[in-house]
Amino acid sequence: MAITFEHVGYTYQAGTPMATPALSDVSFTVPDHGYLAIIGHTGSGKSTLIQQINALLKPTTGKISVDDFTITPQTTNADLKPLRRHVGMVFQFPESQLFEETIQRDIAFGPQNFGVSEDEANQRALNMLETVGLDESFADRSPFELSGGQMRRVAIAGVLAMQPKILVLDEPTAGLDPQGRLEMMTLFNRLHQEQGLTIILVTHQMEDVAAYADEVAVMQAGKLLTCATPQEVFNDSDWVQSSDIAVPRAAKFAQRLSDRGVKWDQLPLTADQLADQLVQRWPGMGAHHE
Amino acid sequence: MSNFIFGRYLPLNSIVHRLDPRSKLLLSFCYLIVVFLANSWLSYAILIGFTLAAILSSKISLGFFLKGLRPMLWLIAFTVVVQLLFSPAGGHVYFHWTILNITQAGLVNSGVIFIRFLLIIMMSTLLTLSTQPLDIATGLSSLMKPLRWVRIPVDTLAMMLAIALRFVPTLMDEATKIMNAQRARGVDFGEGGLIKQAKSFIPLMVPLFMSAFNRAEDLSTAMEARGYRDSEHRSQYRILTWQRRDTMTWIVFLMVLAAMLATRRW
Repeated sequence: MAITFEHVGYTYQAGTPMATPALSDVSFTVPDHGYLAIIGHTGSGKSTLIQQINALLKPTTGKISVDDFTITPQTTNADLKPLRRHVGMVFQFPESQLFEETIQRDIAFGPQNFGVSEDEANQRALNMLETVGLDESFADRSPFELSGGQMRRVAIAGVLAMQPKILVLDEPTAGLDPQGRLEMMTLFNRLHQEQGLTIILVTHQMEDVAAYADEVAVMQAGKLLTCATPQEVFNDSDWVQSSDIAVPRAAKFAQRLSDRGVKWDQLPLTADQLADQLVQRWPGMGAHHE
Repeated sequence: MSNFIFGRYLPLNSIVHRLDPRSKLLLSFCYLIVVFLANSWLSYAILIGFTLAAILSSKISLGFFLKGLRPMLWLIAFTVVVQLLFSPAGGHVYFHWTILNITQAGLVNSGVIFIRFLLIIMMSTLLTLSTQPLDIATGLSSLMKPLRWVRIPVDTLAMMLAIALRFVPTLMDEATKIMNAQRARGVDFGEGGLIKQAKSFIPLMVPLFMSAFNRAEDLSTAMEARGYRDSEHRSQYRILTWQRRDTMTWIVFLMVLAAMLATRRW
């Protein structure tokens, strides 16, 4: 499902003395099966932006289209279900949404709200447990006796069980150990590749941006600074510096090398790209590993 | 939740904001009694004038107070209608049907109830809009100090109150976050029949309690790690001082009280 933002603005508590503008004139498009990363400092409007996608917040100005569904300031709460069933939201620290007595019932909660039968939802729950790397023995346990990382997986399984077409992820790996982080990001990428999910990822991990995203949107003070491929964004090192955004470690390393006279055809952004380009440049280097 | 005004603080700089919280608390309390003492139209007019003057001098726009009334509207409407229909006979009867009577006495009574509600809500809204929750807590504990003599742990109570107030916005944020997550999972809050609505709050309340208990535990550990002990006599960061403006306000209030007493029917 494609997503289009047209001149979207949002103000918290509009019309009161406490009104705070959070988004202004944001326009961009994510194509069907796209993978968009959103980066920006805390308070730059990332979280406000993603909550517009399934109308948890409705824009104060402008218009959002998700497939053939349109959200405007006039959209009422009554007819949002068809939209929300297609947009899976994984919020920051999603483990705080767990409430059921058993893990299976918690995962089955979302699908059942959208009209899936109990049997089918329970079956999906078992499948999703496996998808997120937990075995079936977890199904009847209480979600509250799990470790933090396991709770996170169960919460994510609960969103995936809705079988959304768009997956919105708000820092899904914050607070996980490196191994869990990699597993989660690989899982999301697999869903993107195999099932064609459109993914919106809010993150501070530039390595993830470089490794997975087709496009990256840079937010600053409620405005969209740019929306382009990671290559275009990170390549312009002057712009990167002036807009105060971080750079993937591999790209930083490559830039150090280019300061010392190494010329790149294309700035490597991930460790793999960096290694490949180094091997191409000095074929001898790779040979030592054989 | 954002249009819930009662219990919110509006940071402005006015004489009402700068008053000592103790005097504001005591004034509000005395005002409550005074409102019930009034009984003639003129005495009500004086109180209405005093309330408006207090609101004006707080620099908070009147619209805020009207918004604050909205959640109370049903309660007020209900009480007024009951007063109107079920008042004892008295004066001219305008309407009569089985046990329902609209009489002159009923009309007057419901008018009086309406004005009392309005005045009390306005004044208590003014108190919370113009006083920081923490100041209210400090003021309360300072006013409760004499209770130490009867061995009531005033300091501990004050600490509990201050912590509770401190966590109201935190828990509100938390509630909003959880509601958003559950909405995204297809929960409709506040829709459908009564049972469905009640059920929809389980996915909100369970996580909210979990997080509140976790927070309480973390906080108590953090406080103990920094050497907090109750029962100890604690000094205060915010020291309340009685200013001339407090005295002046009380003089004005006493004058209004005198005027009201003079005009009430005895």
